[in-house]
Order: sequence, then C-alpha cells, then structure tokens
Amino acid sequence: MANVRTGAGDSDVTTYRDAVAEGIAREMRRDERVVCLGEDIGAAGGVFKTTVGLFDEFGPERVWDTPISEQAIVGAAMGAAMTGMRPVAEIMFSDFLACCWDYLANEIPKARYMTGGQVTVPLVVRTANGGGLGFGAQHSQSVENWALAVPGLKIVAPSTPADVVGLMASAIRSDDPVVFFEHKGLFASKGAAAPPEHAIPLGKANIARTGTDVTVVALAATVPMALEAAERLHGDGISVEVVDLRCLIPLDVSTVLASLERTSRLLVVEENPYQGGWGATVASVVADEGFELLDAPVRRVAGDNVPLPFADALEQQVIPTVDKVVAAVRRLVSY
Amino acid sequence: MSTEAAAPVDAATLLGWYEQMAVIRGTEKAAHDLFLRGLVKGTTHLAAGHEAVAVGASAALRPDDYVFATYRGHHHAIARGATPEGCLAELMQRHTGVCRAKGGSMHLTQADHGMMGSYAIVGAHLPMAAGAAWSAKLRGSGQVAVAFFGDGATNIGAFHEALNLAAVWKLPVLFVCENNRYMEYTAIHTVTAVPNPAADRAAANGMPGVVVDGNDVVAVHDAVARAVERARSGAGPTVVEALTYRHFGHSRTDPATYRPVEEVEEWMARDPLLVARSRLLGEGATEAQLDAAAERAAAEVTAAVRAAQAAPPADPADAYTDVWADGGAAWRT
Ligand SMILES: Cc1ncc(C[n+]2csc(CCOP(=O)(O)OP(=O)(O)O)c2C)c(N)n1
Repeated sequence: MANVRTGAGDSDVTTYRDAVAEGIAREMRRDERVVCLGEDIGAAGGVFKTTVGLFDEFGPERVWDTPISEQAIVGAAMGAAMTGMRPVAEIMFSDFLACCWDYLANEIPKARYMTGGQVTVPLVVRTANGGGLGFGAQHSQSVENWALAVPGLKIVAPSTPADVVGLMASAIRSDDPVVFFEHKGLFASKGAAAPPEHAIPLGKANIARTGTDVTVVALAATVPMALEAAERLHGDGISVEVVDLRCLIPLDVSTVLASLERTSRLLVVEENPYQGGWGATVASVVADEGFELLDAPVRRVAGDNVPLPFADALEQQVIPTVDKVVAAVRRLVSY
Repeated sequence: MSTEAAAPVDAATLLGWYEQMAVIRGTEKAAHDLFLRGLVKGTTHLAAGHEAVAVGASAALRPDDYVFATYRGHHHAIARGATPEGCLAELMQRHTGVCRAKGGSMHLTQADHGMMGSYAIVGAHLPMAAGAAWSAKLRGSGQVAVAFFGDGATNIGAFHEALNLAAVWKLPVLFVCENNRYMEYTAIHTVTAVPNPAADRAAANGMPGVVVDGNDVVAVHDAVARAVERARSGAGPTVVEALTYRHFGHSRTDPATYRPVEEVEEWMARDPLLVARSRLLGEGATEAQLDAAAERAAAEVTAAVRAAQAAPPADPADAYTDVWADGGAAWRT
C-alpha cells in the first residue's frame, strides 16, 4: 500500500490532496459496495494525485480506469448506484461536467422523483473545481452554481483536510447523489488530519472564526481567504465571523441566521460568477427570513462575469481575493 | 436478418407471447383513445408495432435482469410486469400510477420487476445499462442489463461511449436497437452513414452486431437469448438491431404523413401480431385458441381502463415527496 494515510493521530498534519484519498479509502474499507471510476485514477493515482494508494490497496476490481467518456463515467455510476453499488466517480476538472451535464441535470437528480421513489441513486461525483492556478478559461471555473440550479443534487465543497475526510464519509454514505467539489487551489494546503471515524453531517456549516461585527459566509477556497481577511481586519479592530458553509445543499440557513443575530452584517464570498451565483440564494433567504437582523445591505464578493483569463494579473482581477474581501468588509462596517 | 434459423419454441409458450403482445397492443390503443377523449394529457409515444421486440426480449431474460428503456417504453414496462392498469393510471394522472403520477408516459418504471426506468433524453440510458451490468459483474450476481433504444439514438455520443465502455470492461449488457426507420420525422438513412445504424457500429467497438426481424417475436427471442447467454458467460456485450416499424406517428401530434403509403402497407402486413398468429396456425394452433387469447387480452385491457379511470387522482402533496432518500424535499436547514 502506497501513500494512503491510515490511522493518523489527532495532532498529525496532512494535505487536502492526501485527505481526498484518505477519505475515500476509509469508506472503501468499511463498505465493499464502494467502488471508484474515472480517468487516470488507478495506478496513476489521479492527475491531481488525489487517488494515490487506492489502486494498490483495493485493486482493479474496486478502482476502475475509464476511457475519456464523461457520459459513460457518470451514466455508468448512475446505473451501478441504482443496482446496489456506491460508486465514486471522478470527473477530472469540474469544467468537464459540461460533457456529462445531462446526467447531473436530467438523470441522476430526477430518477427518484419521477419514479415515485422507486429508484435510489447513492453516488458521489468528485471533481476538481476552481481557479487561481492560471489554467485558463476551460480548466479554472468554479461551477458549484451549475449544480445548485438543479433540485435533487447534494453539493459539498470542503475547505480543510479534516473536512474533506469527514464530508467524504457522509457523501459516500448518503443515499442521495452528491457532487463533491475539491478545490484545486487547496490541494497543497495543510491542516489537522481527521480523527478516526470522522464524519461530518451534510448541511452543517462550521463557524471557522467567531466575531461580532460582520458575518462572512464562504465556501471551499474562499474560507481561507475570508480567514486571512479577518486576521488583517482584526488589526484594525474589526471583528469578523467566518461561516464555512461546507455544503450548498443542504444549505445551513440556521447557522447563517444565528450568526447574523450576533453581527447584523452579511458578506458572501463565492468564487463562481456573480451572475447566478450561490451567494444570491443565501442573500435571498436572508432577505426573506432575516431582514430584521440586518443593519446594512447584504454584499457579495464573487467572480466577475467573464470567462477566466489566463495571466495571473488578469485572473486575480476577476476572482475573489483577500484584498477584495477586506475592502468589502470595510465598506460594510462603515455603512 | 438473423442468419441462424430460429430454434423451435413450443406452441403454448408462443401463445403466451401472442397474448402478451395483444395486451400491450390493447393498452396502446386504449392510451390513444383516452388521449383523444382528453383523459390523457401531455404526450404519448406509442410503440404499437414494436411489441415483438419487448416481448421476445423479455422472454429471454430472468426476472431479476435489468431493463432500461426510452420514452417509447409502454411495451417494455408491460412486458416486464408492470400492469396495464398501473401504466394507464400513470398516464391518467392517478395516485395509483406506477410512478404515482410523477413520471408519466415517458418515464414508466417498475423497479421491482427490473424495469429500471424510461428515459426521455435520447441515448442517456445506454451508459446506465452499462453501469447496471458493471454492478452485476462486481456483485457476481449473474444478472444482465438491457438497453432498448431507437435508431436515432445511435448517433448520440452516449451510444458510442457506452458501447466502448461495455466492451472494454466486458460487461454483461445488451444494446437492443428498435430500428423503426425514423427518428421523429426524419428517415434514419438520411442522417446516418451506415445502413444498419446500431449493428454496423458494433464491430468498431469490439462486439458482435446482430440484425434480426423485429416483427417476429420468435426471431427476437432467439437472437436476444444468444446474446444473453454470451453476456452471462462473461464474454461481454452484444448489439441486437431489430428491424421494426411504428404504427402510429412519433408522438401524439404526429400524423406521420412523411412515410410512403406503400412502405406503411408493407409493414402493416407484417404486423407482429399477424406474424405470431400465422406462426401459431402453422404450428397447429386453432383460430378459436387465438381468438380466445385475444379476447382475454381485450378483457384485461378493458378492466384496466375502468380501474384506472376509477382510481383517485394524483395527490398534490406528492409533489413534495421523493426528492431525497428520506422521502422529502427539504433542501435547507
Ligand atoms: C438528446 C435529445 N435530443 C432530442 C430529443 C428529441 N427527440 C425525442 S424522440 C426523438 C427521435 C428519436 O428517434 P429514435 O431514437 O429512432 O427512437 P424512436 O422514437 O423511433 O423510438 C428526438 C429527436 C430528445 N428527447 N433528446
């Protein structure tokens, strides 16, 4: 067995990348119905090295290399899920979800509903999401808002290695289909390893930092961004609470509203484009149900409405950054 | 057409198939009538004319094998054990419909009989059938999966992806094309570079492609039975292309005027019910036996229509059930 980390202690530090393989391996050990499929995920360990060790430990009967056939990958995962397996399918870059969008938009999320509950589709589609690495417009998108537009999918996007493991456990055990976004910009990031048996229920946000002046709601890569901004603002005497949503569906509205009771100001930081971004849903729910909690308008920092450009200077211009978050919080507190 | 001679099937079995085809035909006619009377909304894609494919193929399957069909799937649902009443109730938006009126004509499903659904996106279910076969292989269950699809589906990407995956993974799956010569309103040969759109592409994906008379229930049964045997033995997938014809237009609103009259007449003369009838007569069955079977079928359909019509309407509360595995639809806390 190669690099899958086993039984790491509490104090251990690991990377987000290794946590992906660790999270999958833990579930494969406890449930033989869990099988993986995707391009280059076997002996090669995945293009992002997020499946390293799985092939060595579980073999070709549980870890299947596929042709470049995104429709077949997700469609076959669906058929297997409907008939007793718990497949974990990898779509290499989240941009490529567009190649199998029929399955995400029309097939997987609707099968249970339109059969009147006859069919259950317990699968996970894992995919590397997001920008910041200069991969250009077709390998850098944050597309969690695509999935958000479809009732019937659960959506997970962890920000720390321990959360990757804990949320992977719940995603794979879920009887509902889950789209699991791993952020490319976080793969090398480090954090505490997950304790044994770690499982985080889907739909339970994390207060990543407590504060009293502004609530910043973030997801995946925008969580460390918000935390860094909070640290900077702390120096200026501004106290920022950071809510890591962890999941978009189920959406933890209660934690957001409870945080607003303490802070009365809301900033949402999302990497997907402002047009149709998930922050708009959060803002709309808060406007509906928490208007009286607010002392200022809800603000959003989001990706700009352009395809992601290649050059660092251009890419940073259009995706959320620490500076943009800091500026937005400052505007909010002075409202 | 299949080159090998059809193996003999005993007359009693064939009579059973004939009766089942008559039930399906009767149900399709009933659906059509109910539509004209405003009792079925939306649309229907009738499979009258295709019965031999559904019945012949189903007869070659085990009860626990998986079937995936298209929006033109009434015949597969019934051949797999959905009742005419459950199907008609679904079309008539009744609470007792097979999908509790949340599926409709295009999505008939009877999962407890291995009828894993009807899918309205052309070609989408071919990879799913490959996946169900993959699951059967992983579990060592000996089950096979069948995807039924139209000639038009052979030009969509998912068809090619599914065939290659099934072949390279040696999956126990059958791809059964119902080649009725038309997509919606366009003749398949005008948009396809090979004469047999499914079978001709089998070799390119490393599997046998068989062309069979899709209006002869015995020929379909035999071709499918051979492919099933191959699949169960671990030798991998097969494409079966059944040549058939739809009696109605593509969907409810289509009078099918684009089809040459002689072509329609030629195929109507080869109606799968007539083909089965003459086969049975040739094997010693009497007209009286055949009429009795047809009458039983008609009575079953009449009772089904009555029961479906008398069933309670769909419950609006059901709009909020079955999104998630917990039964509900809550997307937030
Ligand atoms: C992806 C997709 N494209 C187009 C359609 C619209 N459409 C529905 S049926 C059909 C024709 C399909 O013909 P064929 O596969 O031969 O099946 P048949 O209707 O003859 O059974 C088309 C184009 C669709 N449902 N899905």
